[in-house]
Amino acid sequence: MRDQVILRVVSKIAAPFILVFGFYVIAHGELSPGGGFQGGVVLASAFILYGLVFGLAELDAIVPRRVTDALTGAGVLLYLLVGLAGIFGDYRFLDYTPLRITGSESAESWGMTLVEYGVGITVASVMITVYREVSQAGSAEK
Amino acid sequence: MTILEYLLLDVILLFLLIVTSVTVFFLRNLFAATMVLSLYSLVMSLVWLDLDAADVALTEAAVGAGIATVLLIGALVVVGAEERKHHRIHWPALVLVILTTGALVYGTFDLPRFGDATAPAQTHVAPEYIAQSVTKLHSDDHGSKKNSADHPESDNFHGHVPNLVTSVIVNYRAYDTLFEVAVIFTAGVSLILLLGRRVAGNGGEP
Amino acid sequence: MIFFELYNYWIFILLMMIGLYTIIASPNLVKKIIGLSVFQTAIFLFFISLSKVAGGTVPVTVPPAEVYSNPLPHALVLTAIVVSVSTMAVALAILMNIKQAYGTVEEDELDQAEAH
Repeated sequence: MRDQVILRVVSKIAAPFILVFGFYVIAHGELSPGGGFQGGVVLASAFILYGLVFGLAELDAIVPRRVTDALTGAGVLLYLLVGLAGIFGDYRFLDYTPLRITGSESAESWGMTLVEYGVGITVASVMITVYREVSQAGSAEK
Repeated sequence: MTILEYLLLDVILLFLLIVTSVTVFFLRNLFAATMVLSLYSLVMSLVWLDLDAADVALTEAAVGAGIATVLLIGALVVVGAEERKHHRIHWPALVLVILTTGALVYGTFDLPRFGDATAPAQTHVAPEYIAQSVTKLHSDDHGSKKNSADHPESDNFHGHVPNLVTSVIVNYRAYDTLFEVAVIFTAGVSLILLLGRRVAGNGGEP
Repeated sequence: MIFFELYNYWIFILLMMIGLYTIIASPNLVKKIIGLSVFQTAIFLFFISLSKVAGGTVPVTVPPAEVYSNPLPHALVLTAIVVSVSTMAVALAILMNIKQAYGTVEEDELDQAEAH
């Protein structure tokens, strides 16, 4: 079956929708089933689909190694900084009370949102890294 | 839904789980075993959805049926996909498995019955977490101090988050989630270290 | 009736033992990792079965519902699923290195290669 045209066209059309769905799942983690982990995996799957259909070289052109390496650490760092904000505000570690940025009741909202985005970024980057390393080891064997 | 209505669907799904897991053991072509494992993950995700675990079902469908399958197929390209035929039954393992099964089945008669609302797991900490979220739902003014006056000592957060599982993960037990993210980060770094950045002509040397 | 009240737990025991036997009795290392995945998901099934409340619903507060299933084991299992896939990724990377170093991933052939 050499219908590669179908694969290319459909994956290029579907990838933006998958990305939007991934952001939706992360952003609505507090309102419906979802959250950082699920949304991160869905985000990564859009890039993995692109890498499967178009090859590793194209994936490296879109998402270079430096970007995924940096984002892997950035997510954990964001989570840690939110936790340290509690200490710098004279509360306990991971206490969200000093994050009252918009209004006096918004501390928990800000804390939970930032933490969810941190988790989503790290999970997505790690899944792309895992796919890239495994696939590259496979193509280096040949 | 009563327990019997639930079981009409789940008897079939759980039996399907047994069939797929036994098939995975007997398949020697590892690509086929990976596909059946992916099917097993999907049926398990449906079982969890039937058991009211929507977040968990979504995670298993994305991670178990998605990422794990891609990972296994990628590894099988390098490792080789035919298992050699082995005739022997592993007798010590079989004896161990049968004895453990007997002991565990004997232990299940002491477990709380399925769906029991008075089980210790359901009455210890969970009602407090659920009550906090539900009382905030019934408050009409956003940000009023009405709820704090009613529950001054147990009111930990002043917003209404409908998804109870997310509020447990990210707020009540945020410390655990921090180290879970650290575990994922460590797995990513380990992959980079183990598989290396093999450039052509490097011969696998880091 | 006792059969239906404990059916979930017995299925979990059966699945866990199938996974355990696959891990111990398969000489192929990739099959061992697949058995580990079966084992782990069986344990998650046990946790989720423990958290179900009869007449309850998904633990998302939607106004008409009154009784919710216990959300705490769900949080535990979510962590465990992601950790299990991370473990599988690292294990498969180690297997790929073993294949490159020894040329095989069958246990008995590896024992012979080690003896030399």
